[in-house]
Amino acid sequence: MEHSLKIKIKNLDFYYGDFKALHDISLDIYSNQVTAFIGPSGCGKSTLLRCLNRMNDLIPISRVEGQILLDNKNINDPNVDVVTLRRNVGMVFQKPNPFPKTIFENVAYGLRVNGIKDKSYIANQVEKSLIQAAIWDEVKDRINDSALGLSGGQQQRLCIARALAIEPEVVLMDEPASALDPIATQKIEELIHQLKKSYTIIIVTHNMQQAARVSDITAFFYLGKLIEKDDTEMLFTKPKLQQTEDYITGRFG
Amino acid sequence: MRKNKQTGKGRQRKERIIRFFFFSVALTSITILTLIVVFLFWEGLPIFSKVSVYDFLFGRYWYPTDEPPDFGIFPLIVASLAVTAMSAVISIPLGVMTALYLAESASARLREWVKPIVELLAALPSVVIGFFGMVIVAPFLQEIFNIPTGLNLFNASLMLAFMSVPTICSISEDAIYSVPLELKEASLALGATQWETIARVILPASLSGISTAIILGMSRAIGETMVVLMIAGGAAQLPSSIFDPVRPMPASIAAEMAEAPFRSDHYYALFATGVVLFAFTLLFNLVSEHISNKYRQVGAATL
Repeated sequence: MEHSLKIKIKNLDFYYGDFKALHDISLDIYSNQVTAFIGPSGCGKSTLLRCLNRMNDLIPISRVEGQILLDNKNINDPNVDVVTLRRNVGMVFQKPNPFPKTIFENVAYGLRVNGIKDKSYIANQVEKSLIQAAIWDEVKDRINDSALGLSGGQQQRLCIARALAIEPEVVLMDEPASALDPIATQKIEELIHQLKKSYTIIIVTHNMQQAARVSDITAFFYLGKLIEKDDTEMLFTKPKLQQTEDYITGRFG
Repeated sequence: MRKNKQTGKGRQRKERIIRFFFFSVALTSITILTLIVVFLFWEGLPIFSKVSVYDFLFGRYWYPTDEPPDFGIFPLIVASLAVTAMSAVISIPLGVMTALYLAESASARLREWVKPIVELLAALPSVVIGFFGMVIVAPFLQEIFNIPTGLNLFNASLMLAFMSVPTICSISEDAIYSVPLELKEASLALGATQWETIARVILPASLSGISTAIILGMSRAIGETMVVLMIAGGAAQLPSSIFDPVRPMPASIAAEMAEAPFRSDHYYALFATGVVLFAFTLLFNLVSEHISNKYRQVGAATL
């Protein structure tokens, strides 16, 4: 499979008010790969993830310095429309957050706000996304029931389907399995494995086994700095730095 | 554990006494409320020996002191409904949009300042609002629209709207603000604009709270007495324009009760008007209860 440079992060600093949450991060992310961000709580991995679709814009006191290039275009450029950016860079959150609508409407939502009116296209796209997210068989008979009636694991896969429906190029996942039981987690991990054929995936996780299982590249963060980044296998078997080794072997963090 | 000795039975008895005390207090307020309702019907129903229910509710003429008197409260009912509906037309957009602005657009600091001020508006005594409508708004309307009197349906609706905006705004704002941030983020992350997020996610999710707010605001308007007494104009007629003076039910009751001889037909008729008013406010409350229950699940948080 061909891996081309998808996202280039160059000397990125991020501030919450006076607090500097990210220090001089430089990182390349390639398409059709799963890149995992690991590190202890508060290390900035989620913050970095939320920089990639400018979700941090919602925080009024936040500030970004440095560059994030998506397909060679700076996403923080004033000319960039954040709505278009988010249509290309989808996101799955830590806690399953389906809308209080029907299963169908949840998945159709992204299409509808993108101005798509063609009913048969929407129906096809909903079905396709639900199949892609490996939840179609479980919900096909109750597609018009409330999404809130699903289990947590199903809700999370629904949220993944919802993100896929608008066919983004990049999918950001912020600890997508942390609220789920082991069986649901396994399903999500299998799903991530499938999805990387068509998407660039970046996943934040607290769970190092999970990073080892699902990712191709792993980046280790500590106190807002990128400590080490390598092929997942290398990073987990032969880390270059002592700090990384201490973390992955559970000596701190 | 020396204390154990006196606990056991003693503690249970104490619990029982406390429970009985609270039960009695609760029972007292409910009993008093029930007695008021019973009294209302007791004093109101005798009028129906003189006038049929249909003639009372749908009679076009309210001349209680004529000889023979006419006890038709249809103009009063229409006046009450018209004033309430028109005030709702003004107050719902004002209240809900203010709430949306405060919850979704305003900075945290502005919200901190504006919300208590809006709520403070609710503390304005209705007589002050009535006075304002009488002295400031009425002459203004009279001049602008060149109408015989500024004390009319429109003026009363406007003032009632000011009274219900704080209720509608404050309760709606709470409902909108309590929509989980996760839902908002989910919508924005799918490429929805802020407006699309408000219209498609936040409003539907807070619909139950907003409906409750609207009904509570309206029931405040329909039961409000002083404002309509002072500025609705007081003419017991079916309005043909929004600038006609009208006489809503509470105004009629308040204005005439002191004049009506005790246990006269007029007196009974006023109480029966009170029964009708009570039926309307009860209906409003039931509807609000129903709506907030019906949409509660849908509006709930995730998981």
